[in-house]
Amino acid sequence: MYGLEALWFNVKDGYLEAVVRGHKSGLLTSSDYNNLCQCESLEDIKLHLQSTDYGPYLANVASPLHTTTIVEQCTEKLTEDWARMRCNADDPLATFMDYCTYGHMIDNVVLIVTGTLHERDVQELLDKCHPLGMFDSISTLAVASNMRELYRLVLVDTPLAPYFSSNLTSEDLDEMNIEILRNTLYKAYLDDFAAFCNKLGGATAEVMGDLLAFEADRRALNITMNSIGTELTRDDRRKLYSNFGLLHPHGHSELAGAEDFDQIRSAMEKCPPYQAIFNKMGYGESQMLDKVLYEEEVRREVFTFEQQFHYGVFFAYMRLREQEIRNIMWVSECVAQDQKARITDGIVYIF
Amino acid sequence: MDALKVQAFPDLPPGLLPNLDFFIAWDYLWFLFKNISPYFWSAMGIGLCVGLSILGAAWGIYITGSSLLGAAIRVPRITSKNLISIIFCEAVAIYGVIVAIILQTRIEYVDPNPDDGSWPVAAYTAGYAIYAAGIITGWANLACGICVGVVGSSAALSDAANSTLFVKILVVEIFGSALGLFGVIIGIIVSGQANFKQT
Repeated sequence: MYGLEALWFNVKDGYLEAVVRGHKSGLLTSSDYNNLCQCESLEDIKLHLQSTDYGPYLANVASPLHTTTIVEQCTEKLTEDWARMRCNADDPLATFMDYCTYGHMIDNVVLIVTGTLHERDVQELLDKCHPLGMFDSISTLAVASNMRELYRLVLVDTPLAPYFSSNLTSEDLDEMNIEILRNTLYKAYLDDFAAFCNKLGGATAEVMGDLLAFEADRRALNITMNSIGTELTRDDRRKLYSNFGLLHPHGHSELAGAEDFDQIRSAMEKCPPYQAIFNKMGYGESQMLDKVLYEEEVRREVFTFEQQFHYGVFFAYMRLREQEIRNIMWVSECVAQDQKARITDGIVYIF
Repeated sequence: MDALKVQAFPDLPPGLLPNLDFFIAWDYLWFLFKNISPYFWSAMGIGLCVGLSILGAAWGIYITGSSLLGAAIRVPRITSKNLISIIFCEAVAIYGVIVAIILQTRIEYVDPNPDDGSWPVAAYTAGYAIYAAGIITGWANLACGICVGVVGSSAALSDAANSTLFVKILVVEIFGSALGLFGVIIGIIVSGQANFKQT
Protein backbone atom coordinates (compact mmCIF):
# COMPACT_ATOMS: atom_id res chain seq x y z
CA MET A 1 0.00 0.00 0.00
CA TYR A 2 1.34 3.39 -0.91
CA GLY A 3 3.00 5.25 1.95
CA LEU A 4 3.08 2.29 4.26
CA GLU A 5 6.34 0.93 2.83
CA ALA A 6 8.05 3.10 5.41
CA LEU A 7 6.64 0.79 8.07
CA TRP A 8 7.39 -2.61 6.59
CA PHE A 9 10.05 -2.20 3.93
CA ASN A 10 12.99 -2.39 6.29
CA VAL A 11 11.91 -5.72 7.76
CA LYS A 12 13.36 -7.52 4.76
CA ASP A 13 15.06 -5.02 2.55
CA GLY A 14 16.32 -2.15 4.67
CA TYR A 15 19.80 -3.57 4.93
CA LEU A 16 20.21 -4.18 1.22
CA GLU A 17 18.77 -0.83 0.31
CA ALA A 18 21.43 0.83 2.43
CA VAL A 19 24.08 -1.41 0.86
CA VAL A 20 23.06 -0.51 -2.67
CA ARG A 21 23.09 3.16 -1.76
CA GLY A 22 26.60 2.66 -0.49
CA HIS A 23 27.61 1.14 -3.82
CA LYS A 24 25.95 4.02 -5.61
CA SER A 25 28.06 6.54 -3.70
CA GLY A 26 31.09 4.75 -5.13
CA LEU A 27 30.16 5.65 -8.70
CA LEU A 28 32.64 7.91 -10.47
CA THR A 29 31.88 11.62 -10.29
CA SER A 30 32.60 14.22 -12.91
CA SER A 31 35.89 15.13 -11.22
CA ASP A 32 36.94 11.48 -11.56
CA TYR A 33 36.09 11.67 -15.24
CA ASN A 34 38.07 14.87 -15.58
CA ASN A 35 41.06 13.08 -14.12
CA LEU A 36 40.52 10.11 -16.41
CA CYS A 37 40.38 12.43 -19.42
CA GLN A 38 43.82 13.77 -18.53
CA CYS A 39 45.33 10.31 -18.71
CA GLU A 40 48.05 9.64 -21.26
CA SER A 41 48.08 5.86 -21.17
CA LEU A 42 46.08 2.90 -19.94
CA GLU A 43 48.50 2.63 -17.01
CA ASP A 44 47.43 6.12 -15.91
CA ILE A 45 43.80 5.09 -16.16
CA LYS A 46 44.48 2.05 -14.05
CA LEU A 47 46.24 4.24 -11.50
CA HIS A 48 43.25 6.58 -11.27
CA LEU A 49 40.73 3.78 -11.06
CA GLN A 50 42.71 2.18 -8.29
CA SER A 51 41.78 5.05 -5.98
CA THR A 52 38.07 4.32 -6.60
CA ASP A 53 35.89 1.31 -5.83
CA TYR A 54 37.51 -0.55 -8.69
CA GLY A 55 40.83 -0.56 -6.83
CA PRO A 56 40.92 -4.16 -5.58
CA TYR A 57 39.80 -5.48 -8.95
CA LEU A 58 42.47 -3.68 -10.94
CA ALA A 59 45.32 -4.08 -8.45
CA ASN A 60 46.54 -7.43 -9.70
CA VAL A 61 46.11 -6.95 -13.43
CA ALA A 62 49.28 -7.90 -15.28
CA SER A 63 51.09 -5.19 -17.10
CA PRO A 64 50.45 -4.97 -20.82
CA LEU A 65 47.01 -3.49 -20.23
CA HIS A 66 44.20 -3.70 -22.76
CA THR A 67 40.88 -1.92 -22.79
CA THR A 68 39.11 -5.25 -22.61
CA THR A 69 40.97 -6.20 -19.42
CA ILE A 70 39.96 -2.99 -17.71
CA VAL A 71 36.35 -3.36 -18.81
CA GLU A 72 36.30 -7.01 -17.76
CA GLN A 73 37.58 -6.16 -14.31
CA CYS A 74 35.04 -3.35 -13.92
CA THR A 75 32.24 -5.69 -14.96
CA GLU A 76 33.58 -8.19 -12.47
CA LYS A 77 33.08 -5.59 -9.77
CA LEU A 78 29.45 -5.09 -10.77
CA THR A 79 28.85 -8.83 -10.96
CA GLU A 80 30.33 -9.47 -7.55
CA ASP A 81 28.37 -6.66 -5.92
CA TRP A 82 25.24 -7.96 -7.55
CA ALA A 83 25.84 -11.56 -6.53
CA ARG A 84 26.53 -10.54 -2.96
CA MET A 85 23.33 -8.54 -2.75
CA ARG A 86 21.37 -11.28 -4.49
CA CYS A 87 22.51 -13.78 -1.85
CA ASN A 88 21.17 -11.57 0.90
CA ALA A 89 17.89 -10.75 -0.79
CA ASP A 90 14.60 -12.08 0.46
CA ASP A 91 11.73 -13.00 -1.77
CA PRO A 92 10.09 -10.11 -3.55
CA LEU A 93 13.45 -8.39 -3.82
CA ALA A 94 15.22 -11.57 -4.96
CA THR A 95 12.70 -12.02 -7.76
CA PHE A 96 13.04 -8.38 -8.64
CA MET A 97 16.82 -8.67 -8.86
CA ASP A 98 16.47 -11.74 -11.06
CA TYR A 99 14.15 -9.81 -13.33
CA CYS A 100 16.78 -7.10 -13.65
CA THR A 101 19.23 -9.61 -15.15
CA TYR A 102 16.86 -11.31 -17.62
CA GLY A 103 17.68 -8.58 -20.11
CA HIS A 104 21.32 -9.68 -20.09
CA MET A 105 20.22 -13.28 -20.43
CA ILE A 106 18.31 -12.46 -23.59
CA ASP A 107 21.33 -10.64 -24.98
CA ASN A 108 23.55 -13.61 -24.18
CA VAL A 109 21.22 -16.08 -25.84
CA VAL A 110 21.09 -13.93 -28.94
CA LEU A 111 24.85 -13.48 -28.89
CA ILE A 112 25.52 -17.21 -28.75
CA VAL A 113 22.97 -18.03 -31.41
CA THR A 114 24.29 -15.36 -33.76
CA GLY A 115 27.84 -16.45 -33.09
CA THR A 116 27.01 -20.05 -33.82
CA LEU A 117 25.44 -19.04 -37.10
CA HIS A 118 28.72 -17.45 -38.06
CA GLU A 119 30.53 -20.58 -36.89
CA ARG A 120 32.47 -18.98 -34.10
CA ASP A 121 34.03 -21.00 -31.34
CA VAL A 122 31.64 -21.46 -28.41
CA GLN A 123 34.26 -20.75 -25.79
CA GLU A 124 35.16 -17.48 -27.44
CA LEU A 125 31.48 -16.52 -27.46
CA LEU A 126 31.02 -17.46 -23.84
CA ASP A 127 33.83 -15.09 -22.90
CA LYS A 128 31.95 -12.28 -24.58
CA CYS A 129 28.71 -12.95 -22.69
CA HIS A 130 27.69 -10.58 -19.97
CA PRO A 131 28.39 -12.34 -16.66
CA LEU A 132 25.12 -11.10 -15.14
CA GLY A 133 23.15 -12.99 -17.75
CA MET A 134 24.86 -16.37 -17.41
CA PHE A 135 22.89 -19.53 -16.77
CA ASP A 136 23.95 -23.15 -16.47
CA SER A 137 22.97 -24.51 -19.83
CA ILE A 138 24.18 -21.55 -21.85
CA SER A 139 27.06 -23.38 -23.53
CA THR A 140 24.71 -25.93 -25.05
CA LEU A 141 22.86 -23.19 -26.94
CA ALA A 142 25.13 -23.77 -29.90
CA VAL A 143 23.49 -27.07 -30.83
CA ALA A 144 20.17 -25.51 -31.79
CA SER A 145 19.48 -24.83 -35.42
CA ASN A 146 15.91 -23.54 -35.25
CA MET A 147 13.83 -21.81 -32.65
CA ARG A 148 11.81 -24.83 -31.64
CA GLU A 149 14.96 -26.77 -30.87
CA LEU A 150 16.44 -23.80 -29.10
CA TYR A 151 13.45 -23.75 -26.82
CA ARG A 152 13.06 -27.48 -26.36
CA LEU A 153 16.71 -28.32 -25.72
CA VAL A 154 18.00 -25.39 -23.76
CA LEU A 155 15.73 -22.59 -22.79
CA VAL A 156 12.90 -24.58 -21.31
CA ASP A 157 14.82 -24.77 -18.05
CA THR A 158 15.64 -21.07 -17.88
CA PRO A 159 13.51 -18.22 -16.61
CA LEU A 160 13.21 -17.07 -20.20
CA ALA A 161 11.05 -20.04 -21.14
CA PRO A 162 7.68 -18.30 -20.79
CA TYR A 163 8.82 -15.50 -23.07
CA PHE A 164 9.84 -18.00 -25.69
CA SER A 165 6.91 -20.33 -25.52
CA SER A 166 4.46 -17.61 -26.46
CA ASN A 167 6.48 -16.62 -29.53
CA LEU A 168 7.58 -19.92 -30.97
CA THR A 169 7.92 -20.47 -34.67
CA SER A 170 9.74 -23.35 -36.26
CA GLU A 171 11.55 -21.10 -38.69
CA ASP A 172 15.24 -21.62 -39.15
CA LEU A 173 17.43 -19.15 -37.41
CA ASP A 174 18.89 -16.49 -39.61
CA GLU A 175 20.14 -12.96 -39.08
CA MET A 176 16.76 -11.27 -39.43
CA ASN A 177 14.93 -13.86 -37.35
CA ILE A 178 17.39 -13.51 -34.54
CA GLU A 179 16.94 -9.76 -34.35
CA ILE A 180 13.17 -10.24 -34.32
CA LEU A 181 13.61 -12.97 -31.72
CA ARG A 182 15.63 -10.61 -29.55
CA ASN A 183 13.03 -7.91 -29.76
CA THR A 184 10.01 -10.15 -29.20
CA LEU A 185 11.75 -11.64 -26.19
CA TYR A 186 12.62 -8.22 -24.89
CA LYS A 187 9.07 -7.09 -25.37
CA ALA A 188 7.69 -10.07 -23.46
CA TYR A 189 10.32 -9.50 -20.78
CA LEU A 190 9.54 -5.81 -20.34
CA ASP A 191 5.81 -6.46 -20.21
CA ASP A 192 6.35 -9.15 -17.62
CA PHE A 193 8.73 -7.02 -15.58
CA ALA A 194 6.33 -4.08 -15.63
CA ALA A 195 3.47 -6.33 -14.54
CA PHE A 196 5.62 -7.69 -11.72
CA CYS A 197 6.51 -4.18 -10.54
CA ASN A 198 2.87 -3.16 -10.64
CA LYS A 199 2.03 -6.16 -8.53
CA LEU A 200 4.59 -5.04 -5.95
CA GLY A 201 2.78 -1.71 -5.85
CA GLY A 202 3.59 1.44 -3.95
CA ALA A 203 6.74 3.41 -4.57
CA THR A 204 8.36 0.51 -6.43
CA ALA A 205 5.57 0.49 -9.00
CA GLU A 206 5.76 4.24 -9.36
CA VAL A 207 9.52 4.48 -9.76
CA MET A 208 9.95 1.38 -11.90
CA GLY A 209 6.92 2.32 -14.00
CA ASP A 210 8.75 5.46 -15.01
CA LEU A 211 12.06 3.72 -15.73
CA LEU A 212 10.50 0.82 -17.62
CA ALA A 213 8.23 3.10 -19.63
CA PHE A 214 11.31 4.99 -20.75
CA GLU A 215 13.09 1.75 -21.55
CA ALA A 216 10.10 0.50 -23.55
CA ASP A 217 9.81 3.74 -25.47
CA ARG A 218 13.52 3.80 -26.18
CA ARG A 219 13.33 0.29 -27.56
CA ALA A 220 10.34 1.24 -29.67
CA LEU A 221 12.35 4.15 -31.02
CA ASN A 222 15.39 2.01 -31.73
CA ILE A 223 13.36 -0.71 -33.40
CA THR A 224 11.79 1.88 -35.66
CA MET A 225 15.12 3.49 -36.52
CA ASN A 226 16.79 0.17 -37.25
CA SER A 227 13.92 -1.21 -39.28
CA ILE A 228 13.66 1.70 -41.70
CA GLY A 229 14.53 0.35 -45.11
CA THR A 230 14.31 -3.31 -44.12
CA GLU A 231 11.67 -5.78 -45.21
CA LEU A 232 9.97 -5.65 -41.82
CA THR A 233 6.33 -4.78 -42.43
CA ARG A 234 4.37 -2.21 -40.56
CA ASP A 235 2.39 -4.81 -38.61
CA ASP A 236 5.46 -6.84 -37.71
CA ARG A 237 7.12 -3.72 -36.45
CA ARG A 238 4.06 -2.87 -34.41
CA LYS A 239 4.18 -6.31 -32.80
CA LEU A 240 7.64 -5.66 -31.41
CA TYR A 241 6.61 -2.62 -29.37
CA SER A 242 5.88 -3.20 -25.69
CA ASN A 243 2.36 -2.95 -24.38
CA PHE A 244 3.02 0.00 -22.11
CA GLY A 245 5.04 3.20 -22.00
CA LEU A 246 4.19 6.76 -22.82
CA LEU A 247 3.98 6.01 -26.53
CA HIS A 248 1.47 3.24 -26.07
CA PRO A 249 -0.79 3.07 -28.05
CA HIS A 250 -1.05 6.20 -30.22
CA GLY A 251 2.66 6.88 -30.48
CA HIS A 252 3.20 3.26 -31.48
CA SER A 253 0.80 3.40 -34.38
CA GLU A 254 2.55 6.53 -35.61
CA LEU A 255 6.00 5.01 -35.16
CA ALA A 256 4.89 1.86 -36.96
CA GLY A 257 4.18 3.93 -40.05
CA ALA A 258 7.27 6.12 -39.85
CA GLU A 259 9.55 5.94 -42.88
CA ASP A 260 12.33 8.37 -42.02
CA PHE A 261 13.89 10.12 -39.05
CA ASP A 262 11.73 13.24 -39.30
CA GLN A 263 8.56 11.19 -39.09
CA ILE A 264 9.91 9.39 -36.04
CA ARG A 265 10.77 12.72 -34.56
CA SER A 266 7.31 14.14 -35.05
CA ALA A 267 5.76 11.00 -33.56
CA MET A 268 8.00 11.23 -30.50
CA GLU A 269 7.55 14.95 -30.02
CA LYS A 270 3.85 14.52 -29.36
CA CYS A 271 4.92 13.21 -25.96
CA PRO A 272 6.00 16.16 -23.78
CA PRO A 273 8.90 14.43 -21.96
CA TYR A 274 10.40 13.33 -25.25
CA GLN A 275 9.85 16.69 -26.84
CA ALA A 276 12.31 18.12 -24.33
CA ILE A 277 14.84 15.45 -25.30
CA PHE A 278 14.47 16.06 -29.01
CA ASN A 279 14.70 19.80 -28.49
CA LYS A 280 18.27 19.28 -27.30
CA MET A 281 19.23 18.05 -30.76
CA GLY A 282 19.24 20.16 -33.85
CA TYR A 283 17.56 18.80 -36.97
CA GLY A 284 19.62 16.18 -38.77
CA GLU A 285 21.72 15.20 -35.78
CA SER A 286 20.36 11.69 -35.44
CA GLN A 287 23.78 10.32 -34.46
CA MET A 288 23.55 12.26 -31.22
CA LEU A 289 20.32 10.50 -30.31
CA ASP A 290 21.93 7.59 -28.50
CA LYS A 291 23.91 9.82 -26.22
CA VAL A 292 20.97 12.08 -25.49
CA LEU A 293 18.85 9.07 -24.59
CA TYR A 294 21.58 7.68 -22.36
CA GLU A 295 21.80 11.02 -20.59
CA GLU A 296 18.06 11.06 -20.06
CA GLU A 297 18.13 7.50 -18.72
CA VAL A 298 20.93 8.35 -16.30
CA ARG A 299 19.07 11.43 -15.15
CA ARG A 300 15.97 9.39 -14.38
CA GLU A 301 17.96 6.68 -12.64
CA VAL A 302 19.77 9.16 -10.42
CA PHE A 303 16.36 10.52 -9.43
CA THR A 304 15.26 7.14 -8.10
CA PHE A 305 17.72 7.56 -5.25
CA GLU A 306 15.76 10.57 -4.03
CA GLN A 307 13.05 8.26 -2.75
CA GLN A 308 13.47 5.71 -0.04
CA PHE A 309 11.82 2.34 0.57
CA HIS A 310 11.52 0.99 -2.96
CA TYR A 311 13.29 -1.51 -5.22
CA GLY A 312 13.97 0.86 -8.09
CA VAL A 313 17.38 1.71 -6.62
CA PHE A 314 18.67 -1.79 -7.36
CA PHE A 315 17.72 -1.58 -11.01
CA ALA A 316 19.04 1.98 -11.20
CA TYR A 317 22.34 1.01 -9.58
CA MET A 318 22.87 -1.78 -12.09
CA ARG A 319 22.12 0.50 -15.01
CA LEU A 320 24.28 3.32 -13.69
CA ARG A 321 27.21 1.00 -13.12
CA GLU A 322 26.83 -0.33 -16.65
CA GLN A 323 26.78 3.18 -18.00
CA GLU A 324 29.91 3.91 -16.03
CA ILE A 325 31.61 0.86 -17.49
CA ARG A 326 30.65 2.06 -20.96
CA ASN A 327 32.19 5.43 -20.09
CA ILE A 328 35.40 3.79 -18.88
CA MET A 329 35.50 1.72 -22.04
CA TRP A 330 35.12 4.83 -24.18
CA VAL A 331 37.81 6.72 -22.28
CA SER A 332 40.22 3.79 -22.42
CA GLU A 333 39.58 3.27 -26.13
CA CYS A 334 40.18 6.95 -26.80
CA VAL A 335 43.40 6.89 -24.83
CA ALA A 336 44.55 3.62 -26.39
CA GLN A 337 43.86 4.82 -29.92
CA ASP A 338 45.20 8.30 -29.29
CA GLN A 339 41.91 10.04 -30.05
CA LYS A 340 41.96 12.41 -27.12
CA ALA A 341 40.06 15.14 -28.95
CA ARG A 342 36.92 13.00 -28.92
CA ILE A 343 37.27 11.80 -25.36
CA THR A 344 34.49 13.90 -23.82
CA ASP A 345 32.02 13.15 -26.63
CA GLY A 346 31.24 9.68 -25.40
CA ILE A 347 31.10 10.21 -21.66
CA VAL A 348 27.69 10.37 -20.01
CA TYR A 349 28.32 12.08 -16.71
CA ILE A 350 26.41 10.50 -13.86
CA PHE A 351 26.95 13.07 -11.13
CA MET B 1 -41.56 -11.24 28.16
CA ASP B 2 -40.63 -10.02 31.59
CA ALA B 3 -40.44 -13.56 32.84
CA LEU B 4 -37.97 -14.32 30.05
CA LYS B 5 -35.81 -11.40 31.01
CA VAL B 6 -35.76 -12.47 34.61
CA GLN B 7 -34.81 -15.93 33.45
CA ALA B 8 -31.99 -14.58 31.30
CA PHE B 9 -30.56 -12.32 33.99
CA PRO B 10 -31.54 -13.90 37.28
CA ASP B 11 -28.94 -11.95 39.27
CA LEU B 12 -30.10 -8.50 38.19
CA PRO B 13 -32.28 -6.31 40.33
CA PRO B 14 -35.64 -5.80 38.51
CA GLY B 15 -34.98 -2.13 37.69
CA LEU B 16 -31.85 -3.01 35.73
CA LEU B 17 -33.45 -5.51 33.37
CA PRO B 18 -32.29 -4.70 29.85
CA ASN B 19 -34.54 -4.05 26.92
CA LEU B 20 -34.28 -7.13 24.71
CA ASP B 21 -36.33 -5.80 21.80
CA PHE B 22 -33.23 -4.69 19.89
CA PHE B 23 -30.59 -6.60 18.05
CA ILE B 24 -27.91 -4.97 20.17
CA ALA B 25 -28.95 -4.55 23.77
CA TRP B 26 -27.40 -1.15 24.38
CA ASP B 27 -28.80 -0.96 27.85
CA TYR B 28 -27.17 -4.22 28.72
CA LEU B 29 -23.85 -3.18 27.18
CA TRP B 30 -23.95 0.02 29.17
CA PHE B 31 -24.70 -2.04 32.23
CA LEU B 32 -21.69 -4.23 31.53
CA PHE B 33 -19.49 -1.23 30.85
CA LYS B 34 -20.23 0.54 34.05
CA ASN B 35 -19.69 -2.61 36.04
CA ILE B 36 -16.18 -3.12 34.78
CA SER B 37 -13.87 -2.77 37.71
CA PRO B 38 -11.76 0.41 37.81
CA TYR B 39 -8.81 -1.80 38.58
CA PHE B 40 -9.29 -3.51 35.24
CA TRP B 41 -9.16 -0.12 33.52
CA SER B 42 -6.02 0.77 35.46
CA ALA B 43 -4.29 -2.44 34.55
CA MET B 44 -5.35 -2.07 30.93
CA GLY B 45 -4.05 1.51 30.83
CA ILE B 46 -0.69 0.60 32.28
CA GLY B 47 -0.35 -2.41 30.01
CA LEU B 48 -1.14 -0.46 26.86
CA CYS B 49 1.15 2.33 27.96
CA VAL B 50 4.19 0.09 28.22
CA GLY B 51 3.16 -2.21 25.36
CA LEU B 52 2.49 0.42 22.73
CA SER B 53 5.53 2.47 23.73
CA ILE B 54 7.81 -0.48 23.40
CA LEU B 55 6.19 -1.53 20.15
CA GLY B 56 6.90 1.97 18.83
CA ALA B 57 10.47 1.88 20.06
CA ALA B 58 11.13 -1.54 18.58
CA TRP B 59 9.59 -0.53 15.30
CA GLY B 60 11.75 2.55 15.13
CA ILE B 61 14.90 0.69 16.05
CA TYR B 62 14.53 -1.92 13.37
CA ILE B 63 13.75 0.65 10.68
CA THR B 64 16.79 2.70 11.66
CA GLY B 65 19.01 -0.21 12.56
CA SER B 66 18.72 -2.17 9.34
CA SER B 67 19.51 0.91 7.24
CA LEU B 68 22.31 1.89 9.57
CA LEU B 69 23.96 -1.52 9.32
CA GLY B 70 23.82 -1.54 5.55
CA ALA B 71 25.09 1.99 5.17
CA ALA B 72 27.89 1.44 7.66
CA ILE B 73 29.49 -1.25 5.50
CA ARG B 74 30.84 1.34 3.14
CA VAL B 75 31.06 4.31 5.49
CA PRO B 76 31.93 3.01 8.97
CA ARG B 77 32.28 6.53 10.38
CA ILE B 78 28.50 6.94 10.55
CA THR B 79 27.90 4.24 13.14
CA SER B 80 28.71 6.10 16.35
CA LYS B 81 27.08 9.32 15.17
CA ASN B 82 23.91 7.58 14.11
CA LEU B 83 23.56 5.69 17.35
CA ILE B 84 21.74 8.82 18.43
CA SER B 85 18.81 7.77 16.23
CA ILE B 86 18.69 4.45 18.04
CA ILE B 87 18.86 6.26 21.37
CA PHE B 88 15.96 8.51 20.36
CA CYS B 89 13.90 5.42 19.64
CA GLU B 90 14.99 3.84 22.87
CA ALA B 91 13.92 6.98 24.75
CA VAL B 92 10.39 6.34 23.53
CA ALA B 93 10.33 3.03 25.36
CA ILE B 94 11.70 4.72 28.46
CA TYR B 95 8.90 7.33 28.34
CA GLY B 96 6.39 4.49 28.34
CA VAL B 97 8.03 2.77 31.28
CA ILE B 98 8.25 6.00 33.28
CA VAL B 99 4.61 6.86 32.72
CA ALA B 100 3.62 3.30 33.58
CA ILE B 101 5.48 3.57 36.87
CA ILE B 102 3.79 6.89 37.62
CA LEU B 103 0.42 5.34 36.78
CA GLN B 104 0.85 2.35 39.00
CA THR B 105 1.67 4.55 42.01
CA ARG B 106 -1.85 5.96 41.62
CA ILE B 107 -3.53 2.65 42.29
CA GLU B 108 -4.89 2.29 45.79
CA TYR B 109 -7.25 -0.20 47.34
CA VAL B 110 -10.83 0.90 48.05
CA ASP B 111 -13.70 -1.27 49.24
CA PRO B 112 -16.56 -1.80 46.85
CA ASN B 113 -20.05 -0.92 47.93
CA PRO B 114 -21.25 -4.01 49.85
CA ASP B 115 -24.85 -3.64 48.57
CA ASP B 116 -24.43 -3.89 44.79
CA GLY B 117 -20.68 -4.37 44.33
CA SER B 118 -20.18 -0.94 42.73
CA TRP B 119 -17.26 1.30 43.50
CA PRO B 120 -17.21 4.88 44.70
CA VAL B 121 -17.36 7.54 41.97
CA ALA B 122 -13.81 8.57 42.79
CA ALA B 123 -12.60 5.06 42.04
CA TYR B 124 -14.35 5.03 38.65
CA THR B 125 -12.83 8.40 37.84
CA ALA B 126 -9.39 7.17 38.77
CA GLY B 127 -9.79 4.00 36.72
CA TYR B 128 -10.82 5.86 33.59
CA ALA B 129 -8.13 8.49 34.14
CA ILE B 130 -5.40 5.88 34.37
CA TYR B 131 -6.71 4.10 31.30
CA ALA B 132 -6.84 7.37 29.38
CA ALA B 133 -3.36 8.36 30.51
CA GLY B 134 -2.08 4.96 29.45
CA ILE B 135 -3.51 5.00 25.94
CA ILE B 136 -2.58 8.63 25.37
CA THR B 137 1.03 7.89 26.20
CA GLY B 138 1.01 4.55 24.41
CA TRP B 139 -0.37 5.70 21.07
CA ALA B 140 1.66 8.92 21.12
CA ASN B 141 4.81 6.92 21.71
CA LEU B 142 3.94 4.38 19.02
CA ALA B 143 3.59 7.17 16.46
CA CYS B 144 6.70 8.88 17.77
CA GLY B 145 8.77 5.71 17.57
CA ILE B 146 7.79 5.04 13.95
CA CYS B 147 8.42 8.67 13.04
CA VAL B 148 11.86 8.73 14.63
CA GLY B 149 12.66 5.38 13.06
CA VAL B 150 11.83 6.44 9.52
CA VAL B 151 13.66 9.75 9.88
CA GLY B 152 16.57 7.97 11.55
CA SER B 153 16.89 5.54 8.67
CA SER B 154 16.99 8.45 6.23
CA ALA B 155 19.49 10.17 8.49
CA ALA B 156 21.80 7.16 8.36
CA LEU B 157 21.55 6.89 4.57
CA SER B 158 22.06 10.58 3.96
CA ASP B 159 24.91 10.84 6.44
CA ALA B 160 26.63 8.03 4.59
CA ALA B 161 26.20 9.88 1.29
CA ASN B 162 27.07 13.36 2.54
CA SER B 163 28.22 14.03 6.10
CA THR B 164 27.07 17.66 6.10
CA LEU B 165 23.46 16.50 6.03
CA PHE B 166 23.58 14.77 9.39
CA VAL B 167 23.03 17.82 11.60
CA LYS B 168 20.17 19.06 9.43
CA ILE B 169 18.32 15.78 9.54
CA LEU B 170 19.03 15.49 13.24
CA VAL B 171 16.93 18.63 13.77
CA VAL B 172 14.02 16.93 12.03
CA GLU B 173 14.54 13.89 14.16
CA ILE B 174 14.54 15.91 17.38
CA PHE B 175 11.20 17.42 16.46
CA GLY B 176 9.93 13.92 15.76
CA SER B 177 11.04 12.68 19.14
CA ALA B 178 9.34 15.65 20.81
CA LEU B 179 6.01 14.15 19.73
CA GLY B 180 6.35 11.41 22.29
CA LEU B 181 6.97 13.95 25.02
CA PHE B 182 3.60 15.57 24.30
CA GLY B 183 1.92 12.26 25.01
CA VAL B 184 3.95 11.84 28.17
CA ILE B 185 3.04 15.31 29.45
CA ILE B 186 -0.68 14.88 28.80
CA GLY B 187 -0.55 11.39 30.27
CA ILE B 188 1.00 12.64 33.48
CA ILE B 189 -1.48 15.53 33.75
CA VAL B 190 -4.46 13.25 33.16
CA SER B 191 -3.26 10.68 35.65
CA GLY B 192 -2.79 13.51 38.17
CA GLN B 193 -6.59 13.54 38.50
CA ALA B 194 -6.67 9.91 39.46
CA ASN B 195 -7.39 9.32 43.12
CA PHE B 196 -9.09 6.14 44.17
CA LYS B 197 -9.84 7.36 47.66
CA GLN B 198 -12.28 10.19 47.97
CA THR B 199 -10.51 13.16 49.53
